[in-house]
Amino acid sequence: MNEITPSSGGNNEPANEAHSHAPAQLGYSPVAEIPHRLRVTDTDPKAARRAERQVAAMFTLSMVFVILSVIAYVVIDKYAVLYIPVLGEVGASNVVLGLTFGLAVLLIGAGAIQWAKKLMPDVEVVQERHDMVSEKEDDNLAAANYERGKEESGFARYKMIRRSLIGAMALLPIPIIVVLRDLWITPPGENPTEILSTTMWTKGKRIISDGTYMPVRPEDLPVGGLVSALPEGILEVQEEEHNLNARGKAAIILVRMDPEQIRSQQGEGWDYNGILAYSKICTHVGCPIALYEQRTHHLLCPCHQSTFDLADSGAVIFGPAARNMPQLPISVDEEGYLIATQDFAVPVGPSFWERDKA
Amino acid sequence: MSTTTDHPVEQIGGATAKYVDQRLGSNKFLGRNLGKVFPDHWSFMLGEIALYSFIVVLLTGTFLTLFYNPSMVEVVYNGSYVPLKGVQMSEAYASSLDISFEVRGGLLIRQMHHWSALIFVAAMAVHMFRVFFTGAFRKPREFNWLVGVGLTALALGAGFTGYSLPDDLLSGTGLQIIRGILQSIPLIGTWAAFLVFGGEFPGTEIIPRLYAAHILLIPGIILALITVHLMMVWTQKHTQFPGPGRTNTNVVGYPLLPVYMAKAGGFFFIVFGIIALIGGLVTVNPIWLFGPYTPDQVSAGTQPDWYIGWLDGALRLMPNWESVIAGFTISWNVLIPSVVIPGILFTGLALYPFLEAWATGDKREHNLLERPRNAPVRTGIGVAAIVFYGILWIGGGNDVIAAAFNLSFNILSWTLRISLIILPPIAFLVTKRICLGLQRKDREKLLHGYESGRVLRLPHGEFIEVHQPLNYKELAVISAKEDLPVLPAPVKTDPDGVRNPSYRVDQLRHKLSSFFLRDNIERPTDAEIEAGQAHAAHSAGLEAPLHEYEELDQDPVGHGGVLHHPGMPMTNQEQVDQRQ
Repeated sequence: MNEITPSSGGNNEPANEAHSHAPAQLGYSPVAEIPHRLRVTDTDPKAARRAERQVAAMFTLSMVFVILSVIAYVVIDKYAVLYIPVLGEVGASNVVLGLTFGLAVLLIGAGAIQWAKKLMPDVEVVQERHDMVSEKEDDNLAAANYERGKEESGFARYKMIRRSLIGAMALLPIPIIVVLRDLWITPPGENPTEILSTTMWTKGKRIISDGTYMPVRPEDLPVGGLVSALPEGILEVQEEEHNLNARGKAAIILVRMDPEQIRSQQGEGWDYNGILAYSKICTHVGCPIALYEQRTHHLLCPCHQSTFDLADSGAVIFGPAARNMPQLPISVDEEGYLIATQDFAVPVGPSFWERDKA
Repeated sequence: MSTTTDHPVEQIGGATAKYVDQRLGSNKFLGRNLGKVFPDHWSFMLGEIALYSFIVVLLTGTFLTLFYNPSMVEVVYNGSYVPLKGVQMSEAYASSLDISFEVRGGLLIRQMHHWSALIFVAAMAVHMFRVFFTGAFRKPREFNWLVGVGLTALALGAGFTGYSLPDDLLSGTGLQIIRGILQSIPLIGTWAAFLVFGGEFPGTEIIPRLYAAHILLIPGIILALITVHLMMVWTQKHTQFPGPGRTNTNVVGYPLLPVYMAKAGGFFFIVFGIIALIGGLVTVNPIWLFGPYTPDQVSAGTQPDWYIGWLDGALRLMPNWESVIAGFTISWNVLIPSVVIPGILFTGLALYPFLEAWATGDKREHNLLERPRNAPVRTGIGVAAIVFYGILWIGGGNDVIAAAFNLSFNILSWTLRISLIILPPIAFLVTKRICLGLQRKDREKLLHGYESGRVLRLPHGEFIEVHQPLNYKELAVISAKEDLPVLPAPVKTDPDGVRNPSYRVDQLRHKLSSFFLRDNIERPTDAEIEAGQAHAAHSAGLEAPLHEYEELDQDPVGHGGVLHHPGMPMTNQEQVDQRQ
């Protein structure tokens, strides 16, 4: 290859000629023919002893920190709080354990590296590489063995055996895949499309506010206000089903705006005196939405910033969502509480393959 | 193995080695490998950081499994964290809170687990950059590159499944998004989502399932692949950077025992110790602030862990395309950013070594690393990919950035969308040009030496800039450049009029090879380099005699310029003659 001898360099001549080409001793690789500068610890025994003391000190300190960490574990109350500038109020136990244990570990590492750098040889040595490719002999041997195996088994001759074996092996994984079917133990008669397309909302279902779980009257909502709401009976359903599935679909937001400002809705008269109910679950990938700007009637998803105009049928005005926020038609019952007049007309939440078949 | 010392510990050690050797023949391996040479370079520590932080992940993770309860059964919290007292939550979340507040050292271990996971992925990414930009993936190391790509993908999976386990509001929102992504897959997506979640979202199955994946399946595969990764490094010996005494067929460095063992072993403790310090001092993922998961709540400014940020950014920046074909819905707005783009990126990564070798026709074995400047197209492609990734990553924080800098969110998003398309090609061109510029500079140095910056006026009035020869290290590094010829253009029909059957493929290959190699600045020949360096040495020599008179030049009655003294050469030629 392109071996350029360093001698043409002139002013950067190798600094010492300590490396003779002595025959390599057993266990020693030949020293690389590169200039090498001696360290202080190589020439000054005092410096070497100093380095030795440093390394030993680090290992000893590590032991001290181990003991301190055990003491800290026992002594410090686990609820004790410590004020540290910059960090603020922190758990005392956590900080002290982290510091003591961390330093105990770190010092072992620092000691080992100091030892390697100051006291162990820093002369680079050379080893030859060997090509990855096998010797011709091994190559031939492998090929011969393969041929023998092919011959003795008759894999090439017994066409029927070969084909049936390939077929058998190809089919074998099928049960492993099939058996995954019951990852969802499907209740009889149910299918995903239907489940995703229906929610708890039915005609006459009262709207209750999230948090207080009390039914909502129109007058509870000021113009410009937003309330997160749920169908009445949600807690009972959750209790019965032991999950939050119903909540994940039925969550809505109620907003009230001046009826004059409502430019369009998804259905004729789906509002009640300027009160609109929209699904709370984003049509992009399903984050709950509640960032509402009352002046512009824009609803912004905090996850991926899809923006919907609630005064205009919940249309997408920016961001990655493709579908309008589904609107829930509402009214009031004879007692004056807000109710749904039917379920959502379209599936709520993120799109899916069969969505438009629903 | 024979020992010459008589320390009792060594005697026991020697006896043990013999005992094991008689059963496994292990001394053969030790004899060959205890002196194995490893080359040294700071960038080789990146992979070590990844390995060591993974060990910390395993150790701390094992501790966490002793206390964590992967169950979505609802319980009422009654621990010591007052703000959540009496709140309904899953056992998974409650046990995560208990680890943080009731178990002494639990929060430290939890934070160390999280920090080391973040460092694990980060170190892998930077390690991958090192391997890519230095061409370490070239023959014979393509398989190890593939293993590395697999490990990177698995690390993302390990991170995400772990992030989801505490079942806090933030992690549950992440799962909600995963549900949306699964549903966007054509044909099978809806069913896939129902199978993964064991029914409707969120259900009660997902946490135990993620737990199985997180603590058994994924780490098991990672561990197996790391073993393969290291065994291949061991067998093939580590690559080395070009330098004095280093060739393609040797390895220059320190022996395993004791130097490399002390350095690498010590470095493990350093990584471990630093993670423990960070875990003690810096809060990560304060799940108690987020509250338990419920599908109808979310907090503003939600951010995933850093390594998922680019995927989230892709979801954010994608235009809202969706089509209905034959009654079926295809959500391009979700499918492209979260399935197609990562698919292309990882496939591209995996195939790159093979594509480059095919395009350049390079079949040589490479044990010397290539300086990034000497492969301008590869370096350009790498930088373009990083820019692409970086923009997606910025996109993942677009709301936070818009709020922090008071920018219009919509303008920021559009800027990023456009940048995503135009900036990578620009980055490619700029990088390539920079590389070529550096190559020219290298050629210049080889042919003329260093420009010392010292202007010299010769006795006869001529001004020259003194050039100095390169030092031996730089000379070895720069002159290690290897040039490949562009693959020749194929002929359509040979002189006998026979059509070349592989004409189109060969033509494509010729074009690709030309794309990769045509702008390359040729390395001077060895003779040219030697002549160039000799010339530089000569130029530096011209300056030397002048220094001999420097003390005399302190004379205050000088007459400007270079003083002339008796015996000093009058002309260039005279000076040269005198030197010789």
